[in-house]
Amino acid sequence: MLGLNGKDTRLFLIVVALVVFAPFILNPFPDGVGMAQFNAGYPDLMQKLVIFGIFAVGYNILFGLTGYLSFGHAAFLGVGSYAGVWMMKLLTMNVIPALIVSVIVAGLFSLLIGFVSLRRTGIYFSILTLAFAQMCYSLAYSVLTPVTGGETGLTLSLNDPRVIGATQAADGNIPAPHLFGLEMGSSFELALAGWNFTFNVGYYLCGFVMLVAFYLSVRLFRSPFGLMLRAIKSNQTRMSYTGLNPRPYALAAFVISGMYAGLAGGLMVAMDPLAGAERMLWTASGEVVLMTILGGAGTLIGPILGAGVIAYLESIISTIGSTVLHNWFAGLPEWLENTLVNIIYPFVGSGWHLTLGLVFMLVVIFLPGGIVEGGKRISGLFGRKTEGDTTVTGEAADTTTATKPGE
Amino acid sequence: MEAIILQVLNGLDKGSAYALIALGLTLIFGTLGVVNFAHGALFMMGAFVAVTVKRLLGTSYEVVDETRTDFLGNPMTIDTPYVVSWFGESVGNAMVDWAVPLSVLIAIPIMAVIGVAIERGLIKHFYKRPHADQILVTFGLAIVLQEIIKAFYGANPIPTPAPSAFTGSFDIGQLFGFDPFAIMYPYWRLVYFGFSAIIIAAVFAFLQFTTFGMVVRAGMADRETVGLLGIDIDRRFVIVFAIAAVVAGLAGVMYTPILSPNYHMGMDFLVLSFVVVVVGGMGSLGGAVLAGFLLGILQSFASMSAIIELVPGINQVIIYLVAVIVLLTRPRGLLGRKGVMED
Amino acid sequence: MSKGNFTRRNMLKSGAVTGAALAVPTIFTGRVWADAHTGFTNAPGDSSVTLGFNVPQTGAYADEGADELRAFQLAVKHLNGEGDGGMLNTFSSSALDGTGILGRRVEYVTGDTQTSSDAARSSARSMIERDGAIMISGGSSSGVAIAVQGLCQDAGVIFMAGLTHSNDTTGKDRRANGFRHFFNTEQSGRALAPILEAAYGTDRRAYHLTADYTWGWSQQRSMQTYTEDMGWETTNAVLTPVGAGDFSSYITPVANSGADLLILNHYGGDMVNSLTQAVQFGLRDLQVDGVNFEIVVPLYSELMARGAGSNIAGILGSQNWDWKIENERGDRYAGTNAFVQSFGQEYGFPPSQAAQTCYAQTMLYADAVSRGGSFNPCSVVEALEGFEFDGLGNGPTLYRADDHQCFKDVVVVRGKENPENEFDLVEIVDITSREDATYATDHPDFAGGDLGTCNPGA
Repeated sequence: MLGLNGKDTRLFLIVVALVVFAPFILNPFPDGVGMAQFNAGYPDLMQKLVIFGIFAVGYNILFGLTGYLSFGHAAFLGVGSYAGVWMMKLLTMNVIPALIVSVIVAGLFSLLIGFVSLRRTGIYFSILTLAFAQMCYSLAYSVLTPVTGGETGLTLSLNDPRVIGATQAADGNIPAPHLFGLEMGSSFELALAGWNFTFNVGYYLCGFVMLVAFYLSVRLFRSPFGLMLRAIKSNQTRMSYTGLNPRPYALAAFVISGMYAGLAGGLMVAMDPLAGAERMLWTASGEVVLMTILGGAGTLIGPILGAGVIAYLESIISTIGSTVLHNWFAGLPEWLENTLVNIIYPFVGSGWHLTLGLVFMLVVIFLPGGIVEGGKRISGLFGRKTEGDTTVTGEAADTTTATKPGE
Repeated sequence: MEAIILQVLNGLDKGSAYALIALGLTLIFGTLGVVNFAHGALFMMGAFVAVTVKRLLGTSYEVVDETRTDFLGNPMTIDTPYVVSWFGESVGNAMVDWAVPLSVLIAIPIMAVIGVAIERGLIKHFYKRPHADQILVTFGLAIVLQEIIKAFYGANPIPTPAPSAFTGSFDIGQLFGFDPFAIMYPYWRLVYFGFSAIIIAAVFAFLQFTTFGMVVRAGMADRETVGLLGIDIDRRFVIVFAIAAVVAGLAGVMYTPILSPNYHMGMDFLVLSFVVVVVGGMGSLGGAVLAGFLLGILQSFASMSAIIELVPGINQVIIYLVAVIVLLTRPRGLLGRKGVMED
Repeated sequence: MSKGNFTRRNMLKSGAVTGAALAVPTIFTGRVWADAHTGFTNAPGDSSVTLGFNVPQTGAYADEGADELRAFQLAVKHLNGEGDGGMLNTFSSSALDGTGILGRRVEYVTGDTQTSSDAARSSARSMIERDGAIMISGGSSSGVAIAVQGLCQDAGVIFMAGLTHSNDTTGKDRRANGFRHFFNTEQSGRALAPILEAAYGTDRRAYHLTADYTWGWSQQRSMQTYTEDMGWETTNAVLTPVGAGDFSSYITPVANSGADLLILNHYGGDMVNSLTQAVQFGLRDLQVDGVNFEIVVPLYSELMARGAGSNIAGILGSQNWDWKIENERGDRYAGTNAFVQSFGQEYGFPPSQAAQTCYAQTMLYADAVSRGGSFNPCSVVEALEGFEFDGLGNGPTLYRADDHQCFKDVVVVRGKENPENEFDLVEIVDITSREDATYATDHPDFAGGDLGTCNPGA
């Protein structure tokens, strides 16, 4: 189907199902029960999950295939965000131009940075990308405030010139981002028994874009070009001996993943029209590295899973305060309730970073190769052959000589 | 002229801090081939050893004083530090006053133990794993260490002053024939500079003049051959890691009077120390020290208002700008070795 | 609990249990608030109402956020009639009686701003969309306040800003649904100038070190304006990177610049470090042409004072409020002791100014809902605009209708020489009256903003 082989088709359909039914999957608990705290089926988080999924899928094209560890990818997301907000300020609140321009600007930007950074390999390359991203962040926060909004971030205002479309909505407020009139914020709510499911326009737009992005990445992984990229990772020297220059391929991968990052940035501002400088900070670049590794670098679905886990932890665990805990255990005897709350409290609410750090450590210690690898092992226990992923093997490098890109 | 000399001094001071922090990192990089994202956390732990020692020395018992009231109108409790009651007013207060230098002695065994524990418990299993996994696990460790500190000490910076004997400034200018008060520099910063120089020299001497150091250096250059010679390099790694942890910790202890420690100071220094190490060149201790001083001095000059007016924002990006220029002109940093961390 | 819906004009609500939903566009008409508990975002049910407290729980301001959260929890207790009632007993408006808000029990949810505008907006959205919060409050930096204020405007909920000191919050970036109780850099400058003149004379040469971002710039501008008005000269103003850590290379030029006073337009960790290091470099012991070199920190906070330790001794700055103000300055500041008493009983130490602002904001919101008879944001806006009140610890206060900024007395404090404990680090030097701290509505530093119209959302 769609030029994918059977295994990839199955994987793709699984992802489609996950995206389409997310409002149900992420809201397993009915409203009003204590466990509803773990529900993630609200627009902001659902959008975040798929947007970070796009970001990580794109990052994986560079890191997972070529092995080049970029530590500055958040810069492209940030630049894409700024470009998107500027489009909404100057042109129209329709998200399509914002998305297109985000991708283009981030692509050009990554071409520039990639061209310079790829003159070095290994850790030297990583530090170059980090240095560029940190420079972008520092300048965006201070000197470039007229362009970037500085500390506050770039926001829409009541006197934006918008060439196509209104400066102000009819009720005197800033118009909302929309897709040909469908507002990103509008939702359709479905109440079933005690459950409440939200189907949000913005989420489904993000989901659709993510599916397209994911499909393209699968095709790329399976293409001769993808094979070339793997060759870069496995043995650059051998590749050079066969008369192929690895640099154009690496640069192409860098720019493609930069465009993915720009797309993620554009979607972020389409959902919530603000672009903050913190998006470009090294910790944000580190986050996408961690997402990719946590899920399983070089696998197809790994980055999406890693992004999901980290975004979920950040949004959900941080909101569990001591009162929520007391509500959970209210039925128990007082001493037991207090003991349980005291045990759990350091890991939730303001201690959510602790949980995050422990998850990183546990996953990498016990599941080398990330979540995907873990899933394989678990299904291996039940004696089923797993779906989905081929890990990179040495023989990929051997077959590169026969194929040329673009075949 | 005076202004320039002062900025050179600032640069040397900053540089010695950068070099000291980068030294441990480059040891672990070069010898063990491990990307250690918890190095900043080790620096932070060192700083909190000083904070803890200060707290312990200040441990007090409470006496209720009925004659005075606190802000709620209840009888006030007066705290008296135990050391004061044990050793008398003068000695007790002096001990609290000298908490930071005392911490240096206490930090050495504590940081060594922490280093050994981390290496045996965690890093040991990651020598043959990809760098990506090392980053993930050490980053996770750094977060966990940070959060533990935050749970005990809160997020606010904790003032940890130098002994009162070191307050005030030394008139360096007069030594060299300048006017009095033209070039003054705080005593504690001079102490920090001297301390860094001693530690750096000690690490170099250890690697240069001991057999152990020779093996480590050989391992840095060519691990396989050393292994073929039948030398168990792995056993020595734990000692190297402990040394790196001690150096990072001592850098942290001595830095507390300059920078009130808080739980995420390690993260702020992490990126910087990576940049210093890489600009110096992978696998080169001398390079790390050189790069530390270079970046420190350039950063100080970039902070002068004349320069900022010339190039707005230069003080924001100077470190990274220098890193880019160095790496583009010298493929392996200032003194890097071929083939270390290049794949 | 009612579910939030983030829709402005084209909300679709399902029929009921069937799952076959019908589109029912709701058009909000008229301005009859009372008894109209529908037609706006997150209209609460009959039993409870949910407020969202968005404070930094991680990062450098986590301790400040924790203190804000304590105050919020205390306010919720008092609103629900638990505890000793705190400022409910001193508040000049008597619409609140400890039975919740409009008879609904107050519940709350919390989020972590991480002191980042992205994270803060995301956690505010989760509280609005998932938990049905009808009001968002808190925060400890202006970037976050402005970002979240914009979000609340678009979502149709009320935002009661926590600690934010930039002019832009009620200036360039003001919004109809947002309100600020805390003071701003303009009020700091106005409040400090006369006291600085009395303390240091009219013939001073000031050197500014300024954090290189929006708040720093605006703090520097107001300090420059008002000190130059009284005859001071600005010798130099240098921008420093946020989070620089080591400020030595910015401090050494000060001593030889001919300046005899240093103004540190820094906040948080930057202020702790720059002040500590300025003292370390001997600036406090310096004599320039026979006068003592002085340092001024325009914006003080208890937590920064704690971080800077003994270095704050003798250094002047401004605060929004101080917990000793009623004891030292009389019952004009009624409410302070009631609040300090209940906060101290609950937590064992006195509250910070951030806590007081957050407590007051919660009370003001609840009171505005009660007086207006509705949770509708437009009703709240109407009730708060031009509201004159007293008894919340700051003396007589006005919520100005033009920009949603509170106007009240400003406290000028000085670091104590020998503090008795870590919660009593500053002493009140003087108080600048509300009249002197008030600026015109058309002040140029606040220009370019537009409140727009209140947005009830759905």
